[in-house]
Amino acid sequence: MLAPVLHVLPLTTIVRERTLPVAGKVNAHLNQRVNPTDVIAEANFAREHVLLDVARTFGVSANAADKLMKVKEGDRLTQGGLVAEMSGMLSRSIKAPRPGRVMVAGGGQVLMEVGDTRIELKAGMPGTVIQVMNERGVVIRTAGALIQGTWGNGRIDNGLMVSLIDKPDAVLDADRLDINLRGSVVLGGHVRDVETLRAAAELPVRGLIISSLLSALLQTAVQMRYPILVLDGFGAMPMNSAAYNLLTSNNKREVTVNAEHFDRYNGNRPEVIIPLPISTEPDEPNAYEAFAVGQKVRMRRSPHAGMIGALANLPSGMSLLPSGLRASAAEVKLENGTTVLVPLVNLEVVG
Amino acid sequence: MPSSLIQNESVLAIEVGAAVTRVVLFDVVEGQYRFVASGQAPSTAEAPFKDIGIGVREAIVNLQGVTNTKILAPDNNLVSPAQPDGSGVDAVVATISAGPSVKTVIVGLLNDVSLQSARRLAESTYSRVVESLDLTDHRKPEQQLDGIVRSRPDLVILTGGTDGGASRSILKMLEAVGLACYLMPMEKRPMVLYAGNRKLAGDVQELLGGHAGKLEISYNVRPSLETEDLGPASRELAGLVTKLRQRQIKGVDELNMWTGGNVLPTSYAQGRMIRFLSRLYESTRGLLSVNVGASATSVAAGFKGELALGTYPQFGLGESLGTLLQYTELDDIMRWMTLDISPNVVREYLFQKSLYPGAIPATKDEQAISQAVARQALYLAVQTLKKDFPGTQTELMPSLDLIIAGGGVISEGVSLGQSLLLLLDAIQPVGIMPILIDQNNLLPLLGAAAERNHYLPVQVVDSGAFIGLGTVISVNAAANYGDQVLRAKMTYADGTDVRADVKFGGLEILPLPSGQSASLSLQPLNRADAGLGAGRSGTVPVTGGALGVVIDARGRPLQLPSDPVRRRELIKKWYYTVGG
Repeated sequence: MLAPVLHVLPLTTIVRERTLPVAGKVNAHLNQRVNPTDVIAEANFAREHVLLDVARTFGVSANAADKLMKVKEGDRLTQGGLVAEMSGMLSRSIKAPRPGRVMVAGGGQVLMEVGDTRIELKAGMPGTVIQVMNERGVVIRTAGALIQGTWGNGRIDNGLMVSLIDKPDAVLDADRLDINLRGSVVLGGHVRDVETLRAAAELPVRGLIISSLLSALLQTAVQMRYPILVLDGFGAMPMNSAAYNLLTSNNKREVTVNAEHFDRYNGNRPEVIIPLPISTEPDEPNAYEAFAVGQKVRMRRSPHAGMIGALANLPSGMSLLPSGLRASAAEVKLENGTTVLVPLVNLEVVG
Repeated sequence: MPSSLIQNESVLAIEVGAAVTRVVLFDVVEGQYRFVASGQAPSTAEAPFKDIGIGVREAIVNLQGVTNTKILAPDNNLVSPAQPDGSGVDAVVATISAGPSVKTVIVGLLNDVSLQSARRLAESTYSRVVESLDLTDHRKPEQQLDGIVRSRPDLVILTGGTDGGASRSILKMLEAVGLACYLMPMEKRPMVLYAGNRKLAGDVQELLGGHAGKLEISYNVRPSLETEDLGPASRELAGLVTKLRQRQIKGVDELNMWTGGNVLPTSYAQGRMIRFLSRLYESTRGLLSVNVGASATSVAAGFKGELALGTYPQFGLGESLGTLLQYTELDDIMRWMTLDISPNVVREYLFQKSLYPGAIPATKDEQAISQAVARQALYLAVQTLKKDFPGTQTELMPSLDLIIAGGGVISEGVSLGQSLLLLLDAIQPVGIMPILIDQNNLLPLLGAAAERNHYLPVQVVDSGAFIGLGTVISVNAAANYGDQVLRAKMTYADGTDVRADVKFGGLEILPLPSGQSASLSLQPLNRADAGLGAGRSGTVPVTGGALGVVIDARGRPLQLPSDPVRRRELIKKWYYTVGG
């Protein structure tokens, strides 16, 4: 059976696509070295539209109204700019209520996009641009450590990582977050109260990497303006040992926290990237493999959720689980030496 | 049946679910179509695989292991048609339920007429309504336009106007939809289904043809104010959803090619089969099919050949569990728990499971939570669709002729007794009816096969491809817990009998093996209704099943004790009665 792979790697090649949500201008060029905060592309995005009904305002047919229009598609107008004019004894005009751009002019109506919002797309990670996608974005390649998580609040930032976790099942409380952590990416354990998230915002930190989060805090976590990356899931879960060992051994290094939402269809998922110098470029990791004895695996569900073990045996056929269900399963030797039976669909390979 | 009535082709049926991909082989055995074998594998629509073909091929390889026949060639392509050496298959049919919920904008004229029809149409597939427009919408045109653009729809369903009726208001709405489509990037433009006033078909083509991602014009869902006809539009909608999946998920194109362009959304195929069975067996009351899956919970009911179909991604047991608490209270899930587990653990379960939709319960605690969540999801889905059942004025379910249930949590449960109890709790059926388990989730696949081969579904259903749990008699009474409400006597074919004095609040099982029939005499007490009318006695023929004849005297709607300890004890007792 095929196995999804969770990447927790000390050194690998990381290739990521960074794209604008709408068409815009790409600033970066091929082979350019970029830093996480570099704006690699930008776009103007109008959130609102204004429909000016010229025909109705002037009381004429659509065809007649079209002839009275003084604008065409693509024209940029300032507030009060002339849109249409009807001359006569008492000449009348229609003016732009807000600055904006004409999207459609015809059929007796003018549609303007207004309320421009500027979108700046940052590189989000250091690396080299290996592909430029016209008007959309770029593909960046870098080398370093890669640690994938399970949930992110949609934000991205980078900074010096400071570890506040001394054991995988540690709890991160607000009183651990002092002023010395301002501008840092904080590595913590389980977060169980809203005060901790707010204290991190008040410093502010540039990111929070945690083992688990109470689901009741999700709404607050989404509102935070700094990235929050949950490594193992919801509830009181310890940090998986693979991530714990790798992250704590990289304490005080510059890291990128890309806490983007887990999109199960395009494969984007929250991740921590720790850029590292290399002499030769390492291989890109596999996205999936076939289950095989000896693989390091992580358990996705209770009773050993988040724990890491070694795949010791793959019995053929279906196995009876403690739940009473029958499923293809594997015997997994946990790090504490015990061996447990785990359904294959509850496992992912770590690598 | 004479062989001339059989097309004599082997059919490979494929169902790509959100969590599991199943393949099923149907072939002619002794002159009749039979379900031969099935294989399954985890679905691969999602990352890191992002290609359903991987899971489909793995499931086929597992099927090959069972049947010992080659269906895939060494180059991994399908062998078709079947070869003289027995390898390959003659035809392929397929359904798909994998994929993100379809973000849908519904547009109608009257909120309680055409917009309701649009909503029902949207609910017949894997839709999530993200925006709606009708005449009572007093936003400015540009605000309506922005509402559509911001919701980034995959699909727009346009209805409104009886045939030859109102047109001006519809044209205004068409303009808003057309402009919204125009403002979206070409590759993200929504597909549009128009099912309104037929007179405007030309205008719709002109206004939207160049701007929609794909435009289909169907028959009016409201040809007159009094008539609703969702049938033709739901067929067009099924086609659009498949096209959308082709755009969204790699491998659907290839599957579509294998089937000759006939991949159907799974719930549509499920509904089609229920309507077909309702007509075939001339059901006088109604047939109900439920499927509790990772992508959605779907409910299809056939009443005298007419179909009510509800597909509810929000009640699916996969990714959408993270939002289930937007539709129900945690207490309403907790009421079904058999074990003393804290509400916080159940809450975290919902969110953790939403991260890994394909994962299964490994412990007794998780199995208990999974069963409780599935009960509530199915309960919500049935209650939602029940509003559309003809003549449903009470909070009770209408009396049904048959219930067929599928979906992993039911068909692959710990025991058939657990599955039966889940169905009784969630559906709360009324009257006397057999309940079948669709263990291999064949129903939608038969619905898909029906299009190319009319004999196959009938013969496979008649061959006993479903597991009969038995006949259920629901007893409703205004009584206190423990009061006697029914005397029952079942007389077997050999003349022997078994009797039961049934008390209110309990379950009673009378043994009757599969394939056997018996005569059941029912004598209600205290004006209880055992399916024959309040206080009415009578004798009915019953068929057996894996559990026999089940008398459910727990009342309708089911009232559970408010004290959690007492409630859990009672539920455990019910579990014990049905075999654990």
